[in-house]
Amino acid sequence: MKYKTVIGLEVHVQLVSKTKIFCGCKTDFGAEANTQICPVCLGLPGSLPVFNRKVLELSLKAAITLNCAIAEAMRFDRKNYFYPDLPKAYQISQLDMPLAIKGYLDIELNGESKRIEITRIHLEEDAGKLIHTQKESLIDFNRCGIPLIEIVSEPDLNNPEEAYSYLRKLKSILNYLEISDCNMQEGSLRCDANISLMPQGSNKLGTKAEVKNLNSFKAVRDALTYEITRQQAELEKGREILQETRLWDEAAKKTVSMRSKEKAHDYRYFPEPDLPKFLIETSMINDIKKSLPELGHEKKDRFVKDYSLSEYDAGILTSSKAMAEYYERCLKILNEPKEVANWLICPVLSELKNLGEDFNSIKLDPRELIEMIKLVKENKVNAKTAKEEILPEIIENYKKTADVLKEKDILQVSDETELNAFIKQVISENEKSINDYRQGKKSAIMYLVGQVMRLSKGKANPKKVSEMLERKLGNK
Amino acid sequence: MELYKLSTVELTEKLKNKEIDSTHLYTHLLERIKSVEGKTNAFARYYEKPCHLIKNKDNYPVNKGLYGLPVAIKDNICIKGKETTCSSKILQGFKAPYDATVISRLKEAGASFIGQTNMDEFAFGSSTETSFYGPTHNPWDLERIPGGSSGGSAAAVAADEAIVALGSDTGGSIRQPAAMCGIVGLKPTYGRVSRYGLIAFASSLDQIGTLSKTVEDAALIMNIISGKDELDSTSCDVEVPDFLEVLKGDIKGLKAGIPKEYFIEGLNSEVKTVVEEAIETLKKLGVEVEEISLPHTKYAVSTYYLIAPAEASSNLARFDGVQYGIRQSASDLMDMYKNTRAEGFGREAIRRIILGTYSLSSGYYEAYYLKALKARAIIASDFKEAFKKVDFILTPTAPTTAFKMNEKIDDPLQMYLSDIFTIPVNLAGIPAMSVPCGFDSKKLPVGLQIITKAFDEATMFKVAYNYQQSTLWHKEKPKL
Repeated sequence: MKYKTVIGLEVHVQLVSKTKIFCGCKTDFGAEANTQICPVCLGLPGSLPVFNRKVLELSLKAAITLNCAIAEAMRFDRKNYFYPDLPKAYQISQLDMPLAIKGYLDIELNGESKRIEITRIHLEEDAGKLIHTQKESLIDFNRCGIPLIEIVSEPDLNNPEEAYSYLRKLKSILNYLEISDCNMQEGSLRCDANISLMPQGSNKLGTKAEVKNLNSFKAVRDALTYEITRQQAELEKGREILQETRLWDEAAKKTVSMRSKEKAHDYRYFPEPDLPKFLIETSMINDIKKSLPELGHEKKDRFVKDYSLSEYDAGILTSSKAMAEYYERCLKILNEPKEVANWLICPVLSELKNLGEDFNSIKLDPRELIEMIKLVKENKVNAKTAKEEILPEIIENYKKTADVLKEKDILQVSDETELNAFIKQVISENEKSINDYRQGKKSAIMYLVGQVMRLSKGKANPKKVSEMLERKLGNK
Repeated sequence: MELYKLSTVELTEKLKNKEIDSTHLYTHLLERIKSVEGKTNAFARYYEKPCHLIKNKDNYPVNKGLYGLPVAIKDNICIKGKETTCSSKILQGFKAPYDATVISRLKEAGASFIGQTNMDEFAFGSSTETSFYGPTHNPWDLERIPGGSSGGSAAAVAADEAIVALGSDTGGSIRQPAAMCGIVGLKPTYGRVSRYGLIAFASSLDQIGTLSKTVEDAALIMNIISGKDELDSTSCDVEVPDFLEVLKGDIKGLKAGIPKEYFIEGLNSEVKTVVEEAIETLKKLGVEVEEISLPHTKYAVSTYYLIAPAEASSNLARFDGVQYGIRQSASDLMDMYKNTRAEGFGREAIRRIILGTYSLSSGYYEAYYLKALKARAIIASDFKEAFKKVDFILTPTAPTTAFKMNEKIDDPLQMYLSDIFTIPVNLAGIPAMSVPCGFDSKKLPVGLQIITKAFDEATMFKVAYNYQQSTLWHKEKPKL
C-alpha cells in the first residue's frame, strides 16, 4: 500500500533578549555557571515573576512576520512537572490564550511554493541545564528564565525535505528579524517532530509518534526519513503504530521509544495566578509592523532585480543577513555588483570558513577588501596573487591592503621595458614551445606566459605579457 | 512601666519624643516573651540579638516613622538572612537571601524585628496546631487554640509578646485568629499589599495584613506597607490614603448590610448575640442597618477548597529537596522527591497537595477547578451587587469562639467550616477587618467582621475606629 506522510513541527526558539523573561537577570551565553541568577529565576520561596515587555516586542516580530492573528489579550499558564532543572517545579508557559494563532509560512521546493499553516506561537521560560559528571549531577540555573517562543505548525508537511525547507526558511526569518541566534548546537533553536502515515487517498490521520532530541536540521531530516521507513514496515506487518515519544539516536541513526502515551505527563495546566492577563495594543502591533526589516527572500529578489545577479548568487549573498549587509556596504564603496559578489561568494567566504568564522564575526573592513579588488581591476595585482597573498593577510591578520602590498612587494608589473627582460629570457630558453606556437599550436603561449610569471615571481601582468608575446612572436 | 502593654501608636510617640529608647524597648519586650512564651508558644523563633535595630534613633525616618519599634512577622514572610520556614519541617535550614517587600518597607520606616511567629504549616489550618514547632495556645485559655493560620501572630499580640504583627490571610488566616484572641486583624484588598517575599499558599487569594491591639495601629502599619510594588505584578497602582487620617471620619448615615446567609445554623448562639449587640452599638452611632442577601455564600467553602489547594499543590511543588530545605537520600531522583516530601510535609499539607493535584488533573480540571473559578466569579458578583446598596457589610468573623486543642484536628471538614465567614471575602478579593466586640460566657473573645468594597479600606477603618472608640473590648487583656 502507498502511504502519505504527515509531519508537524514544534520549534522552540530562544529570543535574544538582554534580560530574562520574568526577572532582570542577564542572558549571556557561556557565562560561568550560576552567575546570572536571582531569587525569581531560582524559584526561591516567596519570589514572583514580572513579565519583561521587551520580550513581547521580540515575539511579536515573529508572530507578525509569520502572518499570525495576534491575541488581543494573552495569558500565562503553569505547566507542572518535577525535574531538577526546573526550580519552581512548573514552567510558566501559555496554553489557552497564547500570543498568536493561525499564521503561515510559504516554503519553496523545486521551484514550487507551498503554504505551511502555523497553529500557534506561544511564550514560555527556558529551564536550567543539568551537567552530569561521573560522581554527581550539577545544575546550572543561568538558562532558567531565558525567553522562548514555541512555534507549532499544522501537520502540513508531507516529506522530510519539506520539513527541512520549512526549518531553513524559519531560521532565515528569525535570523533576519534579529530575534534569535537559531543555533541548534547551542540550543537556541530546538525542534520536536510529530509524524504519522496514512494510506493514500484516506482522510483519516494515522497515529503519530513524537520525535525528540533532534540536534540539527539534518538530524530532523534523517530522523523523519527513518520514521517513515519504520512506520511503513510496522503498518505493512499489520501492526498498529503506538502513540509515543521517541528519541533520535544520532550515532545509531535510528529512533528509540522513550515513553508511551499512558506514561505521558499530566502537566496539570492552570492559569498562572502571579501574572495578570496582558493586553496587546493595536498601536504596538502597528509600530512593530513599521519597524520590520527586509527579509531574506525579499532581499534576494531585490538583489536579482537591482544588481542583475543570478538567483544562485543572490541566494548565497542573502543566506545570512550579515553577508547581505556586508555586500551592500562594499557596493557603497565600489558599485560593481557582479565583481564584488564574485569575490564575496568564493574567496572571502571560503577564507572565513577556513577560519571557522562567518560574516557575523568578520573583522575585515570593507574598504580594505575593495582596495584589493580595485588593485586587481586596475591590473596592479593579478587575481591569483590577491587571493593567495593579500586576502589571508587582511582577513586573518587584520592588515591594511596597502601595507601587505609594501611588505610583500607584489605590485603587478605592466611596464613593457621591465617585462621585456623576462620575455627575452623566456624566448631564448624555450625554442620548442615557440616553434609549436608558430606552427599553429596557439595554446603554447600559455606555457610561455607561465614562464614569465615564474621569472617575475608572480608580479608580471599576465594579460600584458600575453599581448607582448603574441606581438613579438607574430612579428618574427 | 510595662511598656509591652502599650499600643504601636503610643510607643512610636514615646520613641519619637525620646521618652524611651528603642534598645530598651526591644530588651523589655524580649523579657516579656521569655516570661510567657512557655505558655503560648507564639513564636517559631525570636531574636535574642536585635534584628535591624538602628541604635541612633535620631536617624530614623521622620515620616511614617516607627523609630525602632519591634514588629513580629509570620514565619512565611522572608527576612533576609533569617530562617523562614512556614513552620514546616521541609524548609528547616532555609535562610531567605532577600527581604519581602513588606519587610524592606518596614525597614525603611525604621522598624526592627523581634521574631517570626508560629503558624499552621504553610498556613494550612485554622488552629495553629499543624506547626512543626508544636501548637500555639490561646492566651485567653491555654487549653484552647488561638485560631489560625496566623495563630502565632494573634497570640503574640494578645499576650503582649508583640506590639504589632504581620500575618497572611488566604481564607481568614488573619481575621479568624484575631477574633479568637480578641485583637484587631486586617486583610487588605487583594493587590493592596505586595506579596513579594510571602511564601505562597494560594497566590490568587493570599494577602499580607496586620494583627494589632487597636484599629489605629493597623492604620499606622498599613500606611507603611500598602501600595504598588514593581516586584509583584498582582499589586495594584491605586492611591493609598493616609489611613490614620481617614479613620477619624464620621460614620453617621453610612449604610450597613447584614447578610442573612451569615446568621444561620452553625453560628454559635452566644457569638450571634454578641455580634447583634455590636450591630446595635453601631446603630446608635448613626449607622443605618438593613438585611441583605449574598445568595451564593453556601458555595464559598467548597469553591475555596478547590481553588486554594490547586494553587497550593503547584506552589509547594518547588519543595523537592533539590535547592534548599531538607533532603532525604535515595537511590534515584524520583525516590529522593518522594522520601523528601513524605518526610518534610505534615498530614494537612499532604492532604491539600493531593486534593489540589487531583482537581487540576486531566479529565477533572473542567469539573472541579474550572467550575470553582466560575463559582468564584459569582460569589464576587454577590458582593458587587450588595455594595450597590450598602457601604459596608457586618458579619461575625467566625462561627464559634476558640475551640479546644485537638477538638477538630482529625475532622478536616469541621476545621474548614471555621473559616465559613471569612473565605468569601478572599474569593471576592475585597478587604475585611475583625475587631473585638465582646466575649462569650467562657470569657472567650468574639470578633465582628467589617467588609467593604475593593480598595475602600478607608470606610472599613472609619467604621472600626468609631466602634472601638465607643467600646472598651480592645482594652481587655488575658491573664497570663
